[in-house]
Amino acid sequence: MKPLAAINDFVIRFATVNGSGSASANNLFAKAVFRMGVPVSPKNIFPSNIQGLPTWYEVRVNEQGHVGRRGDIDLVVAVNGQTLRQDYDSLAPGGYFVFDSSKPLPEDFTRDDVIAIGIPMTAMCTEAFDNPKMRPLLKNIIYVGALAALLDMELEVLTDSLRSQFRKNPTLAEPNIRALELGYGYARDHHAGACLLTVRRSDRVGDAIMMDGNSATALGALYGGATVVGWYPITPSTSIIEAFGHYAEQFRIETDTGRIKAAIVQAEDELAAIGIVIGAAWNGARAFTATSGPGISLMAEFLGLAYFAEVPAVLINVQRVGPSTGMPTRTQQSDLLACAYASHGDTKHPLLFPCDPRECFEMTADAFDLADRLQTPVLVMSDLDLGMNDHYGPPLVWDPARRYDRGKVMDAARLEALAARWGRYKDTDGDGICWRTYPGTHPDKGVYFTRGTSRDEYSTYTEDSSTYVRNMERLALKWESAKRLLPLARIKITSGEARLGVVFYGSTTPAAYEAIEHLRHRGLAVNSMRIRAFPFQQEVIDFISAHELVFVIEQNRDGQMRTLLLNEGGLPPAKLVTIAAYDGLPVASRFLVRALEEALAERGVTLPTSPRDQGGVP
Amino acid sequence: MTFFRPTFRHPELPPNAAGYHRRDYEGGISTLCAGCGHDSICNAIIQACFELALPPHRIVKMSGIGCSSKSPAYFLGKSHGFNSVHGRMPSIATGANMANRDLIYLGVSGDGDTASIGMGQFIHAVRRSLNMLYIVMNNGCYGLTKGQYSATADKGSKSKKGGVNVLESIDLCELAIQLGAGFVARSFSGDKAQLVPLIKAGLSHRGLSFIDVISPCVTFNNNPESTKSYHWVREHSEATNTFDFVPFRQTITAEYEDDTVQEVVLHDNSVIHLHKHHDAPDITDRRQAIDSLEDHKAQGVILTGVLYVNPDSTDTHEILHTSERPLNSLDETDLCPGSAVLEAINARHR
Repeated sequence: MKPLAAINDFVIRFATVNGSGSASANNLFAKAVFRMGVPVSPKNIFPSNIQGLPTWYEVRVNEQGHVGRRGDIDLVVAVNGQTLRQDYDSLAPGGYFVFDSSKPLPEDFTRDDVIAIGIPMTAMCTEAFDNPKMRPLLKNIIYVGALAALLDMELEVLTDSLRSQFRKNPTLAEPNIRALELGYGYARDHHAGACLLTVRRSDRVGDAIMMDGNSATALGALYGGATVVGWYPITPSTSIIEAFGHYAEQFRIETDTGRIKAAIVQAEDELAAIGIVIGAAWNGARAFTATSGPGISLMAEFLGLAYFAEVPAVLINVQRVGPSTGMPTRTQQSDLLACAYASHGDTKHPLLFPCDPRECFEMTADAFDLADRLQTPVLVMSDLDLGMNDHYGPPLVWDPARRYDRGKVMDAARLEALAARWGRYKDTDGDGICWRTYPGTHPDKGVYFTRGTSRDEYSTYTEDSSTYVRNMERLALKWESAKRLLPLARIKITSGEARLGVVFYGSTTPAAYEAIEHLRHRGLAVNSMRIRAFPFQQEVIDFISAHELVFVIEQNRDGQMRTLLLNEGGLPPAKLVTIAAYDGLPVASRFLVRALEEALAERGVTLPTSPRDQGGVP
Repeated sequence: MTFFRPTFRHPELPPNAAGYHRRDYEGGISTLCAGCGHDSICNAIIQACFELALPPHRIVKMSGIGCSSKSPAYFLGKSHGFNSVHGRMPSIATGANMANRDLIYLGVSGDGDTASIGMGQFIHAVRRSLNMLYIVMNNGCYGLTKGQYSATADKGSKSKKGGVNVLESIDLCELAIQLGAGFVARSFSGDKAQLVPLIKAGLSHRGLSFIDVISPCVTFNNNPESTKSYHWVREHSEATNTFDFVPFRQTITAEYEDDTVQEVVLHDNSVIHLHKHHDAPDITDRRQAIDSLEDHKAQGVILTGVLYVNPDSTDTHEILHTSERPLNSLDETDLCPGSAVLEAINARHR
C-alpha cells in the first residue's frame, strides 16, 4: 500500500460531536490554509441538533482553485467515538487516520491500507489545563496544532489567527496558543514524516475572500436598499436575517437620532412574513423575506396575489432537503418547480440562481431592481451549501455610480402632469408593465383599489371575461419583457464540434466545471451552460438545440430544471438527460465524473481511463 | 342593495375643518344585502373620518376576504385600498405601516377572517402594537358561503335553519385586551351614536385600536334565536359608559350631567370623556376591563362602549426604534453604505 502523497491537493475530514466547539477550531484550520495562499473549501456537514449528534467538517485544499466538494477522504481527524468505525472505513486507500490515542484503537481496526496517527489529545489536555470547562475546547485546538505539524504548515499563521480571534480577550488567547503548540510539538516529535500530505505557501489566492452565501445575500439586501424585512426563523435561511440585522446596526443608524433605517419584523409564521413584504412593497418600500422549502409552501397563496396584483417582492429561498420533517441541515436544489410556478391560477415567477457569494450579493441587490421594474415577486434560489458554508471566491464589488431602479412609479409631479386618465393596470408602453403609485402621493390623483384579477385596467371592479383575458395576456407579455432584464446564462464553448452539452446552475457550479475539465483531460470535449435565471432566454434554448445530447446536472431526484426546460422550451425530452445528485451533501466532482461516465457508457461512449490525477476519479 | 346613488348634495352642506365634504369620504355602491349591518358601519367610518377632517388620500384601508372585507370598496373612495387574502390583512397592514409610518391605517375584517383563518395574524398584530384601527364586522357567521357558524358565534345560539352552535365562542375584545391592544371597544352596527365617536377615538389612538362591531347578517343570522340578531343585541346589550371623543384641536364645550367623568388623554392629546356610574370599572385597568366583560357575559349581557384604553401605549416603530422618516422615502444616499465600506467588509473575510 502506498500512502497518499500530495502538495496542496487533498481532502481532510474532521469527525466531531455537535456542540463541542469544534466548528471554530476547524474553521481556524481552513482559514490558515487560505492565509497561506492556497484555495480552500470547507463544508460543514451537520445534523439537525444543537448538541450531541455526530457532525463532520470537510476541508478541501486545492491549489488549482477547484473549490467544489471532491468526494473521498484522504485524512480524517476522528475525535467522535460514536462514528470512529464509520470514519475509519470512509478513508481512501493510503489515507491517514488521526485519532485520540488517550485510549487505544479497538483491536478490529486493522486496515493495512491506512496510516494510523495517534495523538493523546484528552490526556495531554487534562495534564496541561486545569479548567475542566475549557478542556473540550482546547482539545480541539490540540488536534489543529497536530495537523499543522503533520501537514508542514506555518505555525505562525495559526497563532496569528488565534491572537486576532481573541484580541478583545487576550487571556483566552494564551491557553489556546499553548494548546496549539502542544499538539504541534507532539506530532512533530512522534510522527515526523508520517504524513505525505503537505500545505505549502502559495500565491493563488490573490484578492479572494471567504464568505458564506447568507452573509453575502444580507449585504446584497443592505446595498440594494431593503428597508422592511418580514421573516420567520427556518434553517438554513435564518442567518441571512441575522446578518442583515447585524449590518443594519452598523450601517443603517441615523447619526442624529440613533434610529435604524430598517424595520425587521419577526413574524408569527411564513404567511405573515411574505404578507409583510407585500404590504411594504405595495406601499413603496423595498422589502424582502428569506425562507426555505416549507416556508415557500406557506407563502404560495400570497405569492399568487402579488403576481396578479403586481406587487414587487424579493424572496430568498435557501433550499434544503424537504419536507418539514425532512433533513433541514442538508442541502438540495429541490424547490425549483415549487417556486417557478408557486401559487394557484396561472402564476410564474422569475428565479435567479447564484453560484457563489459574489452572485448571492449581486443577484440579491439586482432582485430589488427587477422586482420593482417588473412589479412582481422575484425569488433568489440559494441553498444550504451555498448559504451556510464559507466559500472561496472573488470579493464583492459595488459600483458607486449605481442608482436604484424603482421602475414605473408615478410621483406627485407626474400625476399632476397627466393629460389622460391614469389606469393602474393599463399598459401604455407596450411592455406589459404598467405605472403604479404609492399611497398618499397626491391629494386627488393616483388612488386605486388593489385586488386580484376581478378588475379592469383602471382597477375598477369587474368580473367581465374579456377584461380578465386581456389582463392575463398582458401579464404574459410582461413575462416576455422579463427575459430581457434577467441575467444571461454563462455559456462556454470549448469546441464548435462538440456534440455534448452540460447544463447546471447554482451551487453545483464548481464541481460541475471540475468534472468537465476532467472529461476534457480524458479527451472528451463538452460545452457547458450555467443557467442564471428563469424564465429562459432564447440563448438557453438555442444552446440545447445546438447539441445532440445535453446532461442537466442538478441536486434533486426528479430533474426539476430539466422539467422546466422541457416545459418552457418545447424541447424533445430525449435530448435532455438528468444527472442527479441529491443525497443531501454538497455535490462532489468525483461523483459527477462517475455519473457522467455511466450515462455516456449507456449511450455507447466510453472514455479512456486515466491515472488518478488532480480532481480525478481513482 | 342600492344600484344608484344620487350625486346631488345640498349646496350649503358645510365642509369639515380640512375643507373636505362628506362625499369626499364616500365610496362605491354597496353590493351587500339590503339591511346588512356592515353598510351602517361603513357609514359610521365615513362620518368619523369626515368629522376628524382626515385627508382621504392619507388613509389606507385594507381587508382580507369575506362580506366585511368587500366593504372597503364602499367607503373612502379617495383612499388607497388593498383587498388581500383571507385572514391576512394584519400582515399586509404591518408591512404597509412599516414602509410609511405617516399614513393612517384602517383594517376591516370579519369574524371568520379574524377569529378563524386569521387568528394568528390578528393576535400578533395586537402583540406588536401596530399603529392601526382594526375593525371587525362581527355577524357570527360566514355570509359569502351562505351562513356557516363562525368562531364568534355564541354557544347555544340557534341558526335560521335551527342548528345550535355547540362550540365555545371566541371573545375578540377579551383577547385583544389580554394581548396588549391599547384601545378596545365593542359596539353595535345599529348604534351609530356610539359607533362614530368610537371610530374617531380608535383612529386617534396610537398603537393597535380594536373595535368589535356586532353586525347582524340579515340573510343568514338574523332569526330571533340568534344572539347576533338585531333583536337579540338590542335587548341584551349594555353600554359601559356614554362618552364623548374630543379631538385635540377642539375645546371641550359639552355639559355633562352624569355622576362621574373620567378623562383619558391619548397620545395626540385627544381626550376621551367617559360618563359612567361611580361603581363602573376603570377602563385603564386591564384586569377590571376583563372582569367586567366576563361578569356581563355571565348575566347574558353584551357589554358595549370603550372597554379598555391604555393612554401610554406604544407602537411597532417605537418598539423597533425605526427612523422617524417614512422608510419608503429613503434612497441610495440613506441606505447604501458604498463601495469603500464593502471593501472593508471584504478585508474582514480574508
